[in-house]
Amino acid sequence: MSTLVALPVLLPLLAAALSLVAGPIAAVQRVLSVSVLTAIAAVAGALLVAADRGAPVVLRVGGYAPPMGITLVADRLAALLLLVSIVVMLGVLVFAIGQRASDHGPRSASVAFHPMYLVLSAGVSLAYLTGDLFNLFVAFEVMLSASYVLISRRTNAPRVRASMTYVIVSLTSSLLFLTMVAFVYAATGTVNLADLSGRIDALPEGAKAGLALLMVVVFGIKAAVVPLHFWLPDSYPTAPTPVTAVFAGLLTKVGVYAIIRTQTLLFGEHGDWAFLLAVALLTMLVGALGAIAQNDLNRMLSFLLVSHIGYMLFGLALFTVAGLTGVILYVVHHIAVQAALFLVSGLVTRHTGTASLRDMSGVARTHPRVAALFALPALSLAGLPPLSGFVAKVVLLRAGAEVATPMAYVVTAAAVLTSFLTLYAMARVWVSAFWGEPSPPVPDVDPTDEVTVGTGVTSKPMLASAGGVVVAGLAVAALAGPLSTLSERAATDLLDRGPYRAAVLEGSSG
Amino acid sequence: MTVDVTTAVLLGGLYGVGFYLLMQRSLMHIILALVILGHGANLLLQAAGGPPGGPAFVGIVPAAAMSDPLPQALALTAIVITFGLTTFLLALSYRSWVLLGHDEVQDDIEDHRLRRRELGEAEEAGR
Repeated sequence: MSTLVALPVLLPLLAAALSLVAGPIAAVQRVLSVSVLTAIAAVAGALLVAADRGAPVVLRVGGYAPPMGITLVADRLAALLLLVSIVVMLGVLVFAIGQRASDHGPRSASVAFHPMYLVLSAGVSLAYLTGDLFNLFVAFEVMLSASYVLISRRTNAPRVRASMTYVIVSLTSSLLFLTMVAFVYAATGTVNLADLSGRIDALPEGAKAGLALLMVVVFGIKAAVVPLHFWLPDSYPTAPTPVTAVFAGLLTKVGVYAIIRTQTLLFGEHGDWAFLLAVALLTMLVGALGAIAQNDLNRMLSFLLVSHIGYMLFGLALFTVAGLTGVILYVVHHIAVQAALFLVSGLVTRHTGTASLRDMSGVARTHPRVAALFALPALSLAGLPPLSGFVAKVVLLRAGAEVATPMAYVVTAAAVLTSFLTLYAMARVWVSAFWGEPSPPVPDVDPTDEVTVGTGVTSKPMLASAGGVVVAGLAVAALAGPLSTLSERAATDLLDRGPYRAAVLEGSSG
Repeated sequence: MTVDVTTAVLLGGLYGVGFYLLMQRSLMHIILALVILGHGANLLLQAAGGPPGGPAFVGIVPAAAMSDPLPQALALTAIVITFGLTTFLLALSYRSWVLLGHDEVQDDIEDHRLRRRELGEAEEAGR
């Protein structure tokens, strides 16, 4: 069983190498990528079942006993997020293949895309599974270097500016991460997360607070937490649709996962945390207000992405089982919904030829199916019942009310307000883009640009995969019962810390 | 962690210079900033390993006199990663220079566009 934990990291890396060699043959690349991601999804499912039935599944890489060697750990939270992430990545991959085939013909190969996409999935998997702080740094670097290539492919002038911003900000946060690892090692003499969770307790309060804050800053840059969010709405919208969708769905959530993992496992229960609550409040409101000001559809969605990171911080800052249950549900819901919204926004801009909300109109009449695909995740993000956003928000709001401190009440109120602001922003999009008389598509601004083809046909695989990701979001609502009891068990594990520590430090070697 | 004055001053200097350069508008300065910050972080990792000792091979020096090999391994990994990414960043900034003709970090264009539009609307409403 424990060797299974290595597969989500190993398989895509090996497949990426093969994919690079098979570069010119499009069919081989496509079959390889799809089958590898399907295999990892199956492995993630198996890991989730195993972790939920018993203890976390632990693999000691190279047979070194912790804290010496690197350990890979699949507990309930890691396995659940891995499963959801890979399913969404699979949907986006099919979309990308469909888009490539309908824009450039079925046999055209994009040499760099598939290997980098696989490396990205390896990085994401490793970030979820690793039980070692320095290995987490390596996972982030694997993930980010693949994302640098994906975001800066086929650069033109606006895209080189955006990818430059993205790379510089990410590199800065990586160097802060390295600084943080050095401080942690200097203070405790270990980088194994399970071992650290015992040793950090023994540190003086000041050192503990400093390390906790440094970790929030480091991962907060990746998760686009206000006021560290400026790079995101600036860099995501210029990338090709599938790349934006997968970045928006996954990369920020990996940052959130790292915050959750480090704050719960390393620092344990410290009651509701006013500082993080304040940050969550700011993130929700600044993101939602920013979204209302935007005219570009993708930038608006990026601001909403920032805004809804605030919900996840809110649940974490409460530090109760109910709060963490809400966070886990919210992350699962948000991965699927945000990726779906960006995919559908890609479909919309293919019909209108522009992302500017003022210049598009009447899409609902010309393309009713695209309009329906947009409406479902949009309403879900705003939290309308019976969609998945509603389920997650109810759990979070109830957790906020249960804590019942003045600060928690304020942030709970802000969460409700943000939900309305999201609905308003979505209604604005609906009125200007989907209602009204259909307007003729805006002509292609830059015909030489291969990535954003002005207007184009929408092939069946694109519609089907965007639909698939939307359905994945709906499934979160349909499975809300079992999913929330599972999240509750995962949240209990997070606050208890005992099972994780015992599985890593005392379990037999695999 | 015990650090001697020289290392501490050097670390402060590297981080200070690095963050100062990071604030500049020229891409070249920013790349240099990331290189220098990388050096700072790697030196900090070394310093985190404690006082220097003998090589960490069994049989050369007694275990108590060995230096801590783990931070060295971490720093080695980090050096490789920062080296690779610096190269990538250099290539990207060259591309930026070819496409834009200068190596300055630019403002967010869409932000300016939004601000101008809002200002224009406010003026119209005022008339």
